[in-house]
Amino acid sequence: MNTRKTIVWTKKDLLGLEYLSRQEIELILSTAESFKEVTTRQIKKVPALRGKTVVNLFYEPSTRTRVSFEVAAKRLSADVINISTETSSVKKGETLVDTGKNIEALKVDTIIMRHNCSGAAAMLARHVSASVINAGDGWHEHPTQALLDMFTLKEKLGRIEGLKVSIAGDIAHSRVARSNIWGLIKLGAEVTVCAPKILIPPGIEKMGVKVTNNIDEALAGADAVNVLRMQFERDQSNAFPKQLEYFKTFGVTRERLKKAKKDIVVMHPGPINRGIEMSSEVADGANSVILEQVTNGIAVRMAVLFLVAQANERLKNENTD
Amino acid sequence: MKILIKGARVIDPANNTDDVRDILIDGAKILKVEKTIAAQADNIIDAKGKIVMPGIVDMHAHLREPGREDKETIASATTAALRGGVTSILAMPNTSPCIDSAESIELLKNIIRKTAQMNVFICGAITKNRLGKELSDITGLEKFGAVAISDDGASVDSDEIMKEAMQHAKKKNILVLCHCEDKSLSADGVVNFGFTSTRLGLKGISRESEYKRAQRDIRLAEETGARLHITHVSCAETIEFIRQAKKSGIKVTADVTPHHMCLDEEAVLEYDPNFKMNPPLRGKEDLAAIKQALKDGTIDAIATDHAPHTENEKEIEFDRAEFGVIGFETILSVAITELVATGVLSWPELVKKLSYNPAVILKVNKGALAPGHDADITVVSPDKEWQVTKEGFASISKNSAFLEKKLKGVVEYTIVSGKIAYQRG
Repeated sequence: MNTRKTIVWTKKDLLGLEYLSRQEIELILSTAESFKEVTTRQIKKVPALRGKTVVNLFYEPSTRTRVSFEVAAKRLSADVINISTETSSVKKGETLVDTGKNIEALKVDTIIMRHNCSGAAAMLARHVSASVINAGDGWHEHPTQALLDMFTLKEKLGRIEGLKVSIAGDIAHSRVARSNIWGLIKLGAEVTVCAPKILIPPGIEKMGVKVTNNIDEALAGADAVNVLRMQFERDQSNAFPKQLEYFKTFGVTRERLKKAKKDIVVMHPGPINRGIEMSSEVADGANSVILEQVTNGIAVRMAVLFLVAQANERLKNENTD
Repeated sequence: MKILIKGARVIDPANNTDDVRDILIDGAKILKVEKTIAAQADNIIDAKGKIVMPGIVDMHAHLREPGREDKETIASATTAALRGGVTSILAMPNTSPCIDSAESIELLKNIIRKTAQMNVFICGAITKNRLGKELSDITGLEKFGAVAISDDGASVDSDEIMKEAMQHAKKKNILVLCHCEDKSLSADGVVNFGFTSTRLGLKGISRESEYKRAQRDIRLAEETGARLHITHVSCAETIEFIRQAKKSGIKVTADVTPHHMCLDEEAVLEYDPNFKMNPPLRGKEDLAAIKQALKDGTIDAIATDHAPHTENEKEIEFDRAEFGVIGFETILSVAITELVATGVLSWPELVKKLSYNPAVILKVNKGALAPGHDADITVVSPDKEWQVTKEGFASISKNSAFLEKKLKGVVEYTIVSGKIAYQRG
C-alpha cells in the first residue's frame, strides 16, 4: 500500500482519466483502499462529507452507477438528491447550463452527471463552481468505472504496471473503453483492444494500444480481459442473427478461456448480456470478478467524492482569502 | 465632400503600390493617389505610421436577415464588419426566405438599401430552398443583381443538377461558390474524423467528404467552363486538387477562413462549441498545407464565413450546438497576427487575399485604390494590440473562436463610398 502521498489532489472536477497524471490516479486508488476498509466495518459510515450535498443528475437511465454513487455519498454522510431528467424541467427544454446553475443555486457541493452527449460534463464544469463528477458522457469517458476496474485489478494481481490487459467489445462507442485505456496506459499496463473492424474507432493506436480483430489473440497471454457490453439495443435491425454471430466470433466462452492464462481475470462493467459477449459459465466462473467490481465501485467513488470536495473547499477558501 | 488621407503607407496590390502616399477622395470615388497632395479637403486624416488599404471584400458571410434577426441583422452585421475593416460583403442565401427567386432577392435588396452600412453583394441559391432538387431561377437572380450562386452548407448532391447550374452560371458569367461536402460521407459528424473524434467520443467528418466533392465540382467546372470558387478549404487533399486544376487552366479559385488558417483540431479538446465549425478544424499537416497554399497562391482569398448564433444555440452540448463562428471584427487582426507577424505573407500579399483577389473573383469594382475607383478604404494601426472580448463585439452574436486572444492590428477608419463609416472611438 502506498502510504507516502507526495501529491495533493487539486482538481475541483473529475471529468476523465485523460486529464489526470499517473500520480493523481494512484492517489485515488490509494484513497479508495482506505475507504474500502470502512465498508467492511459494522458501521459503514464516516463523517467526511457531513453537511455536504451531492446531486445525482442523470440524463440517461442508469441503475448501477447511480446507486453506487448514492451509496458512496451516504457512507460519507453527505445528503444525496437524485434528479432524473424524465421528471425534471429538462423535459421542458431547459439547457444544461441553466439546469446546472439552478442546481448550484440550491448550494449543492457536488454534481454527479451522466449524459448522453460527449463533453457534457466538461461543459457543465465550466459553468458551475460546484464539483462535477463525470458518471459517463456519451462515448467519451466513464472515469469512475475505469478506476474501479483498475482498483479491482490491482487488488487481484497486486499491480497494474506491466500487466497485459485486453478490452473486448464495442470500442468505438464505449466510454468505459476510453477511460480504461487512458488509465491503464498511464499506469504502465500493455493494452490491447479487440472488436470487429467497424467497431474500432479511427486512430485508436495513438492512445498507445494494440488492435486486434481476433478474440483468441486478445485472450492469449493476457493477465486480464475487460469484456464490454454489446449495445445491440442501439441497433434494432436484425439484432438477433447479429447477436448470435457476435457470440460465435467474439464471445468469451470457457473453451476460449482454456487457451488463455489459467488465472486470467475476467471483468465486465455490467449489465451483462449473457450469451452475447460472454457465456454464463464465464460470467459466474472462477476467473470472474464482476461482483467484486461492483463492491469496489463504492470505495472508489467514495475516494473521488472525498477528493474533489476537499479540493473544491480549498479552492473556495483561496478565493475568499 | 472631400477627404484627404495623409502620410500613410498605402498598399494597393492592383497597382503595385506599397509606399508612403496621400489619397484624395472626392464624393464616392478616389480622385488622386500621389506622393504629396496639397489640396483643400473637408476632412484631413493624418495617417502617419498607419497602413491604408482597399477595404476588405469578405466573400462569405451569413447575415441572418431576413428570418433570424435574433442572431444578426443586416444593420448589426454591417456595423460589425465596419469595425473589422470590411467594406464589402457577399451575403449567403440561407435565410428565411431563401434567396432563390426574383421576389426574395427584391426583399433582401430592400433591407440592404434601408439598413446596410456598406456594399452587400448577393449570392443566390443554386436550387430552390437549397434542397438540391430543382434549379432556382438563376437567370432571374443574375438579372436582379446576384453576383454568385451557392447552396453553401447544402452542397448539391446531384451531378446533373450541379452541371446544369454551372452551364447557366457560365452563360450569365456569374460565380459558382461551393461549400464542398458530401453529406453521405460526413454523416452526422461534428469534429475532424480520426484520432480527435475517437479521443473525444464524437462523430467525425472525414477529409474525404470535402475533397471528393471538390474533385467533382472541379471536373464539372472543367466540363462547363464555369467559374468555380471553393470556399473555406480545410484539408491538404482539397488544396492539392485545386493546385492541379489551376495548373491545367481550369477556372477555379479558393478561400480559407481566419480560423482554418491558424487553428487545428486540438482547439476542440475542451469541447468548447466556439471551435465547432463545418468544415471542422483539421490536423497540423492540413494547417501547414493551408499556409503553404496562401503563400504560393493556390488559396486566393481569406473570407470569414461569419456565422452568428445565439448563446442558446451555441453554449450547449457540443453535439447539439450549431456549426460556425463570427468573424467580421477579427478577420484583419487575426490575419496580421497569424500571417504577417509570423512571416507567412507580406503586407501586400495579405491585402491581395483580403481585398483585391476577392473583388476580382466576384468581378466587382472594389479592392483597388486607383483614381476613379470606389473610395472603399481601411486605415489600420498595424502594430497596436487589443484583446478580443464578448463585450467588445458589435455583432448581436458573440460566438467567436478568438475570445480572450490578444491580437495585433487595430482598425482606425473604415471609409465606404467616400464616407467615413467607422472611426475608432
